Amino acid sequence: MSSSIENLVNREYKFGFITDIDADAIAAGLGEDTVRVISAKKLEPEWLLEWRLKAYRRWTTMREPHWGNVRYEPISYQVQVYYSAPKTRNPLGSLDEVDPKLRETYDKLGIPLKEQQLLAGVAVDAVFDSVSVGTTYREQLAKLGIIFCSLGEAVREHPDLVRKYLGSVVPYSDNFYASLNSAVFSDGSFVYVPPGVRGPMELSTYFRINAENTGQFERTLIIADKGAYVSYLEGCTAPKRSTHQLHAAVVELIAHESATVKYSTVQNWYAGDEEGRGGIFNFVTKRGKCAGANSKISWTQVETGSAITWKYPSVILQGDNSVGEFYSVAVVNHHQQADTGTKMLHLGRNTRSTIVSKGISAGQGNNSYRGRVYVGPKAAGARNYTQCDSMLIGNRCGAHTFPYIEVGNDTAQVEHEASTSKIGEDQIFYLQQRGISKENAVSMIVAGFCKDVFKELPMEFALEAQQLLGITLEGSVG
Amino acid sequence: MLDIRNLQARVGGGADILKGITLHVNAGEVHAVMGPNGSGKSTLAQVLAGNPAYEVTGGSATLDGNDLLAMQPEERAHAGLFMAFQYPVEIPGVSNAYFLRSAYNEIRKAHGQDEVDPLEFLDIMEKNLALVDMEPSMLNRSVNAGFSGGEKKRNEILQMAVLRPRLAILDETDSGLDIDALRIVAEGVNKLRRPDNATIVVTHYQRLLNHIVPDFVHVLSAGRIVKSGGKELALELEEKGYDWIETPAEAVA
Ligand SMILES: Nc1ncnc2c1ncn2[C@@H]1O[C@H](COP(=O)(O)OP(=O)(O)OP(=O)(O)O)[C@@H](O)[C@H]1O
Ligand SMILES: [Mg+2]
Repeated sequence: MSSSIENLVNREYKFGFITDIDADAIAAGLGEDTVRVISAKKLEPEWLLEWRLKAYRRWTTMREPHWGNVRYEPISYQVQVYYSAPKTRNPLGSLDEVDPKLRETYDKLGIPLKEQQLLAGVAVDAVFDSVSVGTTYREQLAKLGIIFCSLGEAVREHPDLVRKYLGSVVPYSDNFYASLNSAVFSDGSFVYVPPGVRGPMELSTYFRINAENTGQFERTLIIADKGAYVSYLEGCTAPKRSTHQLHAAVVELIAHESATVKYSTVQNWYAGDEEGRGGIFNFVTKRGKCAGANSKISWTQVETGSAITWKYPSVILQGDNSVGEFYSVAVVNHHQQADTGTKMLHLGRNTRSTIVSKGISAGQGNNSYRGRVYVGPKAAGARNYTQCDSMLIGNRCGAHTFPYIEVGNDTAQVEHEASTSKIGEDQIFYLQQRGISKENAVSMIVAGFCKDVFKELPMEFALEAQQLLGITLEGSVG
Repeated sequence: MLDIRNLQARVGGGADILKGITLHVNAGEVHAVMGPNGSGKSTLAQVLAGNPAYEVTGGSATLDGNDLLAMQPEERAHAGLFMAFQYPVEIPGVSNAYFLRSAYNEIRKAHGQDEVDPLEFLDIMEKNLALVDMEPSMLNRSVNAGFSGGEKKRNEILQMAVLRPRLAILDETDSGLDIDALRIVAEGVNKLRRPDNATIVVTHYQRLLNHIVPDFVHVLSAGRIVKSGGKELALELEEKGYDWIETPAEAVA
């Protein structure tokens, strides 16, 4: 019986096609030259090149981290290509001029780049390999003073903002992959929401890795000024390829006083085949800073893809009364490995954080939750609640929990709850007895298990997440 | 309608628990199955419903001439078989309303009918909630999660009311019910009685049978039906217990 449950999770990866398009790629390998070439291709100012070079030099002194509960063959950083952009007739033209092949790619992915066809209320920045190929609804957003563009454009058009905030949450020296990213990042999205403005629609970036042996190193920078609100969505897919592809992104969020940033991810990178060949290595640094009082940062992630996931979206709770949230569903199947969780660093007074992590393991997948809750000496009245649940489907998979808790202020309250369950055959039979097929029964049980996380997702994403898990979503979600 | 012949079944590769059950149920009838703890009553219900934990080792069972034992559990449900579980299962995070609507629509689909949308379904639910005297708020709670024992049993009858089975098997639905709930559940079952459906009531207590009056009473002992009779058999059992019924050493059903 468990084999048919496994079949259910084993649905074909739908987004594995390859776009045949000429690319402007640089030679494989990494050195100072590479960094200079990338910076030159992007016509960057001197300060940014210097910053990249500092990151690169730092990176050469660092060692690849191996504390994660994941196993893989050594990565050769010299065979990767660090920059690849589709050759288009008019790379920075308006949306109507997007290369038809790229448009077709995004159509197939269900992300039409024509505004009139878009899901109502979602603005999209489409990043293909190393560059952004189009951003929708820009003018409408600009009327409110919201800047939503590729990071490359922001460097050219809003250099002061970029210079002020880039690396302010994740410094170039932060960790091995963050330093690598700082040295070679190609593009990504930039969002600035001015004081008191509420984003009128979901902003989203859709990342697509296409080229072979090409790493994607995007950087996203989102700033919500005082009293601003923004909800941001990130989606990602990649073709099926037999070799691993490296994805080392950095996301920085800044919430000023009374501002809210809500960041949601549905990660569906190619996971590799049933034997564990190919698939994306997803080594990502995501961190937000609640810089001002009463600010809030909320991460929601649904992680279904990648051969290896190594990511810990975190919140630095610096402002008094600030709030950090992390809601996560991570699914592994076949030989997928995920080591994911969060860090909540309570620095300000009366700061609060909530962590809800749901790990689902099937096949021979291995799922680890790793979370750190730190309460600093000045964080009087800080509170954390962590709930960490694992569900096992079959007998060959694994679930692990690594909580780290450090409390430096005795007025703080930290609560941790954890559970591990097997999907119940009695539950499946109960639903079947009522006329529901075994497949739908499993979907329903898994959806129920993930409900606390799904209800945090914006509607459009909740639907995508539902399809991804092959599940029938709760009517109440949304 | 239901035709069980010499049905034998076991669990986990052990000895047979059902050692040859033969039972015929016609449309419009109510059959009560009684018998000591561990005699195989739930096993019979589970085997008919198709629980994969049980292995049929011999005999046959048909519903309206169709081979039940060859069908998947959900196909049996589509064919009109419903079992109220002795121990209803909790499904955290899945709302009762969503679960019931899915079940309802799956059965409709199997019969080539259109699915109903959530609003239409709400209407259907309202009538049925009244039947078992349940608060509408129960629909928003997760299936059976945190329900009291009695609430779980009522929820089973609610499901039966919504799904309108051709054959309902109620496995100790009366156990754990207070006197009022027992009456409500029994009235619910009686209201759902029609000439074209049938009910098998598994119970330990004669008092349920005062409310749901059976046409036949069967006594199961050590995996066999050792005695069958009319409703007065239940009274006799209540009075004398099971000891007076001799278990035949090698009964061939
Ligand atoms: N899943 C199972 N695993 C092991 N043994 C089982 C299982 N199901 C039933 N049995 C055994 O089969 C026998 C019959 O059990 P069953 O539940 O059918 O009895 P019952 O007549 O319904 O009893 P009760 O009146 O206590 O509900 C018992 O000895 C029981 O222990
Ligand atoms: Mg029983």
